[in-house]
This record gives sequence, structure tokens and C-alpha cells, in this order.
Amino acid sequence: MARQGILRRQSIDLPLLITALLLTLFGIAMVFSAGQTDMPDKGLERLWQRQAAFFGVALVATWVINRGTVRLIEWSAWPLYLLSIVLLLATLLFGSGAGTAQSMKGWLTIGGRRLGQPSELAKLATTLMLARMLATQRESIRSLVDLWKPLMVVGVPWLLVMAQPDLGTGIVFIGICFAMLFWAGVPWQLLVMLASPGVSLILAFSTGVWGAWFLILVALVLWYRPFLVEGVVLVVANVVMGVVAPLLWDKLKPYQQQRFLVFLDPNIDAMGSGYNVIQSQVAIGSGGLFGKGFTLGSQKRLNFLPEQQTDFIFSVVGEELGFVGVVVALFLFLALFLRATRVATRAADAFPGLVAFGLMSAWFVHVIVNVGMTLNLMPVTGIPLPFFSNGGSFLLVSWLAVGILLRISAEGRGQADALGL
Amino acid sequence: MSYHPNSVLRRARVARGLLVAAFTLLGGAFFRAQVLQNEEFVLRSESNRLREVPLPGARGIIYDRHGAIIAENLPGYSVSILSPTTDSLRSALKSLSRVIDIDSAQQALAIRRFRAAPTRPAVIFNDASFQVVSVLEERRAEFPGLIIQSSPKRYYPDGPAVSALVGYTGEISEKQLAMPRFKEYKAGQQVGREGLEVQYEAQLRAREGSRFVEVDARNRVVRDNGVRPEVQPEAPPPLRTNIDLDLQRYAHEYFGDSLRGAVVALEPQTGGVLAIYSAPSYDINRFIGGVSSSYYRELQEHKYKPLFNRALSGRYPPASTWKLATAVMGMELGLVTMDTHMEQPCTGGYYYGRVFKCWDKRGHGDISLAQAIAKSCDVYFYQLGLKIGLTKLLAGGVRLGFGDSTGIDMPGEKTSIWPASRAYFDRRYGPRGWNPSVVLSLSIGQANNSQTPLNMARFYTALATDGSAATPQVVARTPERKKLFDLSPDQLKSVQLALADVVSRGTAAGAQIQGLTIAGKTGTAQVPPEKDYAWFVGYAPADKPKIVLAIIIEEGEHGSTAAKVATKLMERYLKAKLTMTAVTND
Repeated sequence: MARQGILRRQSIDLPLLITALLLTLFGIAMVFSAGQTDMPDKGLERLWQRQAAFFGVALVATWVINRGTVRLIEWSAWPLYLLSIVLLLATLLFGSGAGTAQSMKGWLTIGGRRLGQPSELAKLATTLMLARMLATQRESIRSLVDLWKPLMVVGVPWLLVMAQPDLGTGIVFIGICFAMLFWAGVPWQLLVMLASPGVSLILAFSTGVWGAWFLILVALVLWYRPFLVEGVVLVVANVVMGVVAPLLWDKLKPYQQQRFLVFLDPNIDAMGSGYNVIQSQVAIGSGGLFGKGFTLGSQKRLNFLPEQQTDFIFSVVGEELGFVGVVVALFLFLALFLRATRVATRAADAFPGLVAFGLMSAWFVHVIVNVGMTLNLMPVTGIPLPFFSNGGSFLLVSWLAVGILLRISAEGRGQADALGL
Repeated sequence: MSYHPNSVLRRARVARGLLVAAFTLLGGAFFRAQVLQNEEFVLRSESNRLREVPLPGARGIIYDRHGAIIAENLPGYSVSILSPTTDSLRSALKSLSRVIDIDSAQQALAIRRFRAAPTRPAVIFNDASFQVVSVLEERRAEFPGLIIQSSPKRYYPDGPAVSALVGYTGEISEKQLAMPRFKEYKAGQQVGREGLEVQYEAQLRAREGSRFVEVDARNRVVRDNGVRPEVQPEAPPPLRTNIDLDLQRYAHEYFGDSLRGAVVALEPQTGGVLAIYSAPSYDINRFIGGVSSSYYRELQEHKYKPLFNRALSGRYPPASTWKLATAVMGMELGLVTMDTHMEQPCTGGYYYGRVFKCWDKRGHGDISLAQAIAKSCDVYFYQLGLKIGLTKLLAGGVRLGFGDSTGIDMPGEKTSIWPASRAYFDRRYGPRGWNPSVVLSLSIGQANNSQTPLNMARFYTALATDGSAATPQVVARTPERKKLFDLSPDQLKSVQLALADVVSRGTAAGAQIQGLTIAGKTGTAQVPPEKDYAWFVGYAPADKPKIVLAIIIEEGEHGSTAAKVATKLMERYLKAKLTMTAVTND
């Protein structure tokens, strides 16, 4: 690719850009619809304008990033990472809650003004940092101990996020971590072993299921033959997790327990903590094949659907545009992710490939958890839907990611189907 | 680490596979919810947003035999409020109480109504005054769930004249709601409480219509109409009765405030009930929309118990009006005819173990049965009773229906009291605790014999016709007649002549009316410590009976008092009848 100063030839990954644009426009339309209720709320009505304004800013930022180089991005990993750690610490000290998550300190607040959610930046920065770390690790990984450096990179921000406590973003970090380790070529057996204590913790609520999982794990350890100490530690860790799970359960705050129980059956508290999910399901289910019409969803209009502009915006899609609208939205997301995977595949180097795959996986976790939540396939963790949920900083970060992907794509191998500009 | 293009491509393949699989699963879940379970969720979203607001209907109109209105409906307004929870209802009531007058009892009632049917608007006022409605209409915006709508209310144009007949309506009670026969009723609806309103509840019941309003998550009404087509309440079929409202009114007028007692008037051939009146009466209109506790207490604590329906539930010793039963039994057994004299002439008393007095201590002398009926001579009937004998007298009384209820289509009828056999006395007083001389008292309508005015009227329908009694019917059906006694037409004629004699010459002579012949029998029941109760049971015209009337006047002292009132009532009825049917009577 020729580099001739300002006038150098640019190539833009149009399918990626167009998909992201379509998703964002779709999203802003849904934010607009979310503001159309029968009990007019001026704040809610104007949200889409704010969202559109942020989109404008995001486009400029994307353009700026796209003018940069992958080298520059790689260079910025360290400062961004450190900055996000500092901001996360500051948030813990001076943060405040917002919206439905008042008890969560997710917002950096100075002088009563909420400036943004550092965890959004942290996701991006951690992805870059992890990619840098994994890209420079040349020897192949055969043992869990070899993973200590990448795990540290993810672990620090993860702990800070969990301390807020923001379980949803924590899940996204875990998703990013596993996806990037996978892309870096860590054997799947190691990934399973890495995940096993966590899995044990969750499965421990049913002794039978946990036992089955434990047998599978033991079989895996015997087959894969890690270091003896590692194998023993792993098995012991799983046993310990299985044992402490009920104790940890008792330690959970009642609302946290309730969330888990409501996930299993929302109807146990239909008017309380199960209400949101039930109403979301009713909204989506009543949308049918073609929906109730744009802005016309009764569940939304009459305020039965909670948080219709953020966490449950996809329920509005389901209610107003029906199964057809849902399929279109999901298809756009899938297209974006497949395209991002392709960008990762064709990346010129290990670092951009890892970054591309990491950004994609962060989105993926967001989409699966958020959309799954609207149908109670996932517990309610309050993580937003990329390009859809109202929220300036999240849209900005999502488009920064788009910009990075565009840059990586531009510098990638083979641009047969990309337009030269 | 391996970033060889081949291994990257392999991972990309795995990643693509996982992505497609995850999205397919997600899409499948949406397909299930939106396409397969769509109907179920549509229903739930509709029940979320739509609230059925009942449109109160009117109860069936009750007419008399000439089409005059006994019970109708007047336009009224009900005020109710839609609330999601008891707490929100409470706070809504509190803010309402700042604008209009709602006392704490009314608030508690509204909350009870809400709890009984939380999806329906809780009724605050069943019958709101125009002033309350206009105040609320003006400030409607302040009370989002408020529903003001027209709600017909029951009205009885002749309230006090028909209280014993129609009864009244009231809000269904929680106890009733739990009963299977009220399973279609909802809290807050009106239900018959007494009289015809109860008896014909199934027919008279207001059919509710419905409309839907759209509410938001906080149960605020967002759209009031046009959400779904309204279903107008259906008018129930009217109830046509045999009642003669004019007679009913006249009875009320005649009894006024001074007399108390009861009147039952029947059509002798069909058993059609022309009038049922009990005095003192009360204003049933004051029960509509909830009776005030002060009025209810006043009625309950009233010395003469106006709520007690004397016509159906009052049981009185029939006294001399019952002598006709003794006479009929004697004739049926072939013991006497109208001309038969007894062994002992009346000297003012009769000795049977002890002296049984005649009401006239001067005595009636040696008289026939016809004369004995006209003079109501006790001594004659003592001897006739002894001839019949206790066992046969008891059995005969049972056969004549004195131990039965009439089967009238009204609630609350009491069964008249008549000893079915000697076992009754054994049970009641012990085998040695009573004296067979009770037959003397029984044969003149005293002792263990208590009859409702209605049952006496029924017995006289048999005397007025061919010996068959007609079942009293307020609402016309196929007449039911039951043979009570077996007398030849001649015998029957002689009984009827003797009865006509009572009014023309006998104890009720003062009650004679020019141009009409009335047949009947007076009675004087002793109810110590009160003054004597006056009875008259009879029919008119004597030759072609059109009305049978039983009347009791408490503390009326002598039967002739009752006969006078009865005659007035019959005259009123027959005059009306004559002018209407244009039958000449000479």
C-alpha cells in the first residue's frame, strides 16, 4: 500500500462500514421509537437527537483513527491501558451509579457531572493490551502457568470492574480474554481447564451435574497430561469451587440471589425482579411475525417495558418490527461479526488480527448477553446492545472499534473486494 | 504461538461456525417466542394494556297485571377508580377526599370491593350525586384512573306500598360471592335482597355490558374509548305479575300509619296474587345504593318491626276464620249439614271437664250450623269438634293444608303450624302432659294452630270455588289447583251461602256494601298481653268470586274491624274490575 502523506491512497472496507452504519441508523431509529410513549417524557423523547449527535462525533473519531496506522494503535496500547486502569480506580473512589444501576459505581463523576463510563474504555484498552501481549509471545503455550502474563493484563481491569460491581462488563472481559486466547492459538483443552473452576462454581448448585462435569474434567486432564502439579491444582480447585459455591451463595446479597433465581424462573417474582424479563418476553412475543409497527409497540408506549431505551431496546425491535425486524437486526450483527472475523483472518500481523478478533468478541458477548436477556436466555446483567442502546460513550467506543477494524482491514492482506478510494 | 496462515484460517472457520450457530440459536428462540407462542403473548400484552370497565345495566322492570310499573330504573351515576394495588387505591381515595366528601367507611368499602375484584374498577359511589359528579368531571385530569359512568339505579314508584312484595336490591355480599349460584356475579354488582327481587333474580338481574380502556403500566387510563367496540348492556325481559298495583296502593293508604297487620288478596280460580301488603311498611327506595345505617337501625329497632313480612311470615292463631275448616270436615264426614242442630244449645258455655266459654256469654241458643257460622258460635263448634274427634280433626287439618306452606313464588314464606297427629302433643308435652279436650279449642281455631294470612287466603280459594285450593302465584304460570275437600255442589253452595250471611247478617254486618255481596268469616285472635287481633278472610262477589282476601289487623280488637277494611279493599278492586271489564252486576 502506498503511503504518500496526506494524499495517500486509502482503501475502505465498505461492507464493514456499511454494516456498522446500518446498525447504528437502525439503533438511532429504535432510540427514537423508545422515546415515543403515551406518557410523554421530554428527556426520553430527545434521547435520539443526543444519540445522533454522538454518532456524528463518533464518525469523526473513526475517520481520525482511520487516518492513523496500526503501528500507532499498537503504540497507544500501553498508555490507553494505564489510563483506563487509573480511571477505573478513580471511578471506584469517586464514581456514582446511574439509571437502573444506582448501586453500581460505573460512572466517573466530577463535580456532580457524569463524564462517562471508564469500563467502556477499559474494554478497548484491555483488548489492545492483551493483543500486544499475545502477539509478542512467540513460544507456544503448553501450560496454564504460561498464561500468567495475559491473564494479569485482563485480571487487573476485570477485578476493578467487578469491584464496582459490574457483573455484565466482567462477563465481557472474560469473553474477550477467552476469545483472544483462542485466536492466539492456545489449545482448547487449556481453555477448558482455565474455565473449569468457574464452571464448577456455577454447576455446583446441582451435585449431579457438577459430578458429571468433574468426570469430564478428570478425563481431559488424563488425556491432555499437563504438568502433574498443574493437574492436581486444577482438580483441587474444581473440588474447592464445588464445595464453596453454596457458602458463596449465602454471601451474595439478596438482590443478587434473586437475580439468579429469577433467571431460572421469572414468575417467582413476577411483579418484582422478574417483572422486566416477563414484560420483555411479552413485548417480543406479542410482536409476532411483522410487529405492531414502528413506534406503535403497546408494551413500550404504556411503560410496561422497562428500560426500553437501553437494556431492553431489542425488545422494542421485537415488539414493533416483529420476527422480521429481529432477523434483520441479528443478520446485520452476524454480518458485522463475520466481516470482523475476516478482517482478523487477513490481518497483516498477529497484533492486528488479535485486536480485530478481540473487538469482535467483545461485541459478540454484548449482543448474546443483551439479546439473550430479553428472552430470559441469559440472566439480567444490564449490559447494553452495541449500536442500539442509548448511551454516548458506548456508541463512541463502538465506533472507535469500527475505526480500528477499518484501519486493520485497510492494512490487511488482499483487498480484492474493497474499493480503492 | 502459531500465527501460521493455515492455523489462523482453521481458527477462523471454528469462529465462523460458532458465530453462525449462536445466531441461529438466538434466531430460533425468537422464532419460538414470536411465531409459535405469539398468541399467548398477544393475550398477555392485551391483558396488560386493556382494562375491562363494566357498563352497568338496568334490572328488569316489574309490572302489575295492568302494566303499571312496580319497579323501574332511574338514571344515576357511579364513580369508580382503576388501581393497580391497594396502596395506590388508598392514596387515590385520600386525594379524592380532599375534593369530595368520602368518609372512612366508604373508603374501607371501596378497598373491600377492590380486593374482591382487583381487575375491575373499584366502585366508590354506586349512586353519586350530581354535585359530586360535576366536581369530579371538572377535575378529572387529576385522577387518572377515575371512571364516571351512568349507572341505572332501582326505583319503586310506590315504594312503601309494595315493600313486602318486591323487596329491594343491594350490593352483593362477600359471602354471596363465595356461593356457587353467584359465581357469575362480580363484586360491586347489585343483587335482589328481598321479595320478588330475590325470587326472580335470575330474570331481573342486570346484564352488564363492557367497554375497554387502555391503561399504562401504572394503571392510568391512557385512552378512554375506541380501544375495542363497546358491548352495550342487554335489557332483561320485564317481569309481569298478577299484582293489582291500585289495590296494593289502596291497602297502604287504608292501613296508613295507624293500623298494622297484613293483607293477602288472591284470584280464587288461578291463585294469582292481587296484593301482598304488610304494615307497617317501609320505604324500599331508601335501600337502593346502600341503606343508611341510621334508617336501617330505625327499622330494626322499631317497636312493630316493619321489616317483618306479616303476610308471608306472620303466623297468627286463625281463630273463628278457621271454623269453616271444622264445618267442612263435619260435612265431609256426613256428620252435619247446614241445618243440623247440636244436642246442647249455646248458653254461653260448654262443660267438658271444665267450662269452655262461648265468645258471647249471653249464648246463641239452639242454632243450625249456618247460624253458628254467621254468629260464630263457639259452643256449636265445640260439639262438632267432639263429634269429629281429635284424630280425624288433626288428619283433616293436614289434608286441608294447614300444616303446609302455600308454595307461593316469594322468598321467606313461613310454614303454618298445625299438629299433624296426636304424636305432636306427646312429643311436645309428654304422653300425659296434655288433655284430649284440646280438640275443643282446635275446632274453634285456637290452641296449637298458627296460620299465615297467605295460607288462610289459600284455604278460602277452595271455599270460594269448588273445593280446590289454588297455589298463590305472583307471576302468572299455569294455575295449580289442589282438591282439598270433597263436598257435593249443594253442600258447597250451602257453605258459601252461610259465608255470605256472615257479612249480610252475622258478625261482620257492619261491613255490608250496597250492590255487592261479600262472603267471608271474621276472627278474633287472642294474643295476650296485646289487644285482640282482628281477622277477616273472605271473597267477593259471593256468587261469582273474583277476589279472595285475607286480612289481619294486629290489635284490631274485633273481627268486624278487619271485615270493614277487607270490604273496602274488595270494593276498590271489584269496582276497578267492573269498569274495566264492563260486566254489569245487578
